[in-house]
Amino acid sequence: MTRFVPFEWIAAVRFLRDGRMQSVLIIVGVGIGVAVIVFMSALLSGLQANLIRRTLSAQAHIVVLPPEDVARPLFDPARAVPTVQKQAQRLRSIDQWQKVRERLARLPGITAISPVAAGPAFAVRGDANKSITLIGIVPEHYVRVIALDDKLVAGRLRVGAGEAVIGTELARDLGATVGDKLRVVAGSGATDTLTITGLFDLGNKGVNERNVYVGLKSAQSLLDLVGGVSSLDLAVSDIYAAETLAEAIAGETGLKAESWIRTNAQFFTALSSQRISSNVIRFFVGLSVAFGIASVLVVSVVQRAKEIGILRAMGASRGQIMRVFLLQGGIVGLLGSLLGSSLGWLFLALWRSLAKNPDGTPLFMITVEPGLFALAAGGASAVGILAALVPARRAARLDPVVAIRG
Amino acid sequence: MADASAEVLRLADVHKSYGDGVRTEVLHGIDLVLRKGEFAALIGPSGSGKSTLLNLIGLLDRPSGGKVFIEGRDTGGLDDAALTRLRGMRIGFVFQYHYLIPAFTALENVMMPMLVARGRPDAAMRARAASLLDRVGLAPQQDNKANALSGGQQQRVAIARALAMAPTLVLADEPTGNLDTHAADSVFALLREVNVASHTTFLIVTHDPRLAARCDRIIELVDGTIVADRPNEARR
Repeated sequence: MTRFVPFEWIAAVRFLRDGRMQSVLIIVGVGIGVAVIVFMSALLSGLQANLIRRTLSAQAHIVVLPPEDVARPLFDPARAVPTVQKQAQRLRSIDQWQKVRERLARLPGITAISPVAAGPAFAVRGDANKSITLIGIVPEHYVRVIALDDKLVAGRLRVGAGEAVIGTELARDLGATVGDKLRVVAGSGATDTLTITGLFDLGNKGVNERNVYVGLKSAQSLLDLVGGVSSLDLAVSDIYAAETLAEAIAGETGLKAESWIRTNAQFFTALSSQRISSNVIRFFVGLSVAFGIASVLVVSVVQRAKEIGILRAMGASRGQIMRVFLLQGGIVGLLGSLLGSSLGWLFLALWRSLAKNPDGTPLFMITVEPGLFALAAGGASAVGILAALVPARRAARLDPVVAIRG
Repeated sequence: MADASAEVLRLADVHKSYGDGVRTEVLHGIDLVLRKGEFAALIGPSGSGKSTLLNLIGLLDRPSGGKVFIEGRDTGGLDDAALTRLRGMRIGFVFQYHYLIPAFTALENVMMPMLVARGRPDAAMRARAASLLDRVGLAPQQDNKANALSGGQQQRVAIARALAMAPTLVLADEPTGNLDTHAADSVFALLREVNVASHTTFLIVTHDPRLAARCDRIIELVDGTIVADRPNEARR
């Protein structure tokens, strides 16, 4: 008996040690439950982070666009039922985009704003003729929204006058590489000859085939948007709040604001339902862990009825008895979660070594956060104490006379 | 030997009945006084209410009618927690099946009432438990787990445990009922020795007339009523 350790701790630990087989079995049971939760959580958050990273690698979190052109009938709609044909949308600039940018910069949650002038064009080289999206950027702003500089596979991110950075697919289609020339023809008929300064791979075939990055000024003149931008691309700090923020921006500026959540609605729904289903699984695993702990403690209360009666006869209060059993629940939960965290970590290590791409690189990155283990330990201890409530109350309410008589 | 001035226990017209619909009265108006240093036997046939009476005296149960005084204090008005505290401080129990807690050693079992009362173990507690075990002749076995001791040894540990809080009253329910004659004799001798040395009051429930004959006072309970309460003239 260690000095200064309270009676309840001493009794709880001794009771658990005394019923060794029971204790070991339930701790292993809790451990397996915790391992499943830890493994699943880490796998899922790794998978989701990876999917989101891939999705957002070629996409701004929010794109702010000019409002749509709306056809306005000139006659009185009260006297005639008009059939209004939807108007074709032309490429327009955001009205006074510098002011809009200043207003957006004051909003919380936005980490970067990049003006973009983008529009359709053709890339021509020799006999090859490809449809492209010409994107005029200011590199130092743009890379804070889309990490284009990290995605370069050749050359440099340099888009001065007469320079362009193109995707690997387009380069292959045109048979061009860094240093080669490329002619760009815009819809208006404006044309320019550009030197390829870099090749990027944004991990998306369509984007690699289509996007051609040039300087903002080049794009403005080619697309007939002099001084204007077709969109403001934003990066935000909380990607899950992007839609709410986009709505706020639309309300505030009167412009159109599209979040990545809206543009990838199906993907986002898939992520959410995956999260919900994993939460349901975690909840039920937690529940079965709780029932396991509770059932073992209920049996233990029955087995120890006489000892509880004796302790009560010796002057132990109901509260002391109750705490002895609550603590047993907590200790089982804590030890189980330590075991479970180690098991979970082992599973993850095993998974990492098995789930690999053919080239030996990991299928996707799983980062195991220490917080997950702390959460598992805290959560399992709390579940243990909660599960022990019923048996502990039962133990505390035992009538010593009945318990001793047995 | 009894000290007429100090009243350890007084029962005044104590009744106890069980059952909700049909009530069965087990004790019918018990009046009883135990004084400091008394060594009394409570005898009677099975079902006469001995255990019920012992539970009431030990504050493990409350009477249906009448009053229980411990050292002059009326226990009727005390709540559960206060009753538990009073029981822990003033009353020691020795049961027939000794009921040590098997998860603990002999020494720890003796420490248990002190631990429960004070919350944390300390050196003084350990020293007192060791000296009590020494007194019952079990110093060498103090670190044995409870179930590694013989029946007689376990009962000795239980006696040491009952004395841990230096109670004024020790209640023993068939303390030798589960032991062979030799062990029973030595356990009884030990109870007597403690009684003489520290003037602790003992009330011993027994079936064994041989044992009762060695007590100073014999209280006989039949059908919930005390039919005889006499000093044991044989010992005077």
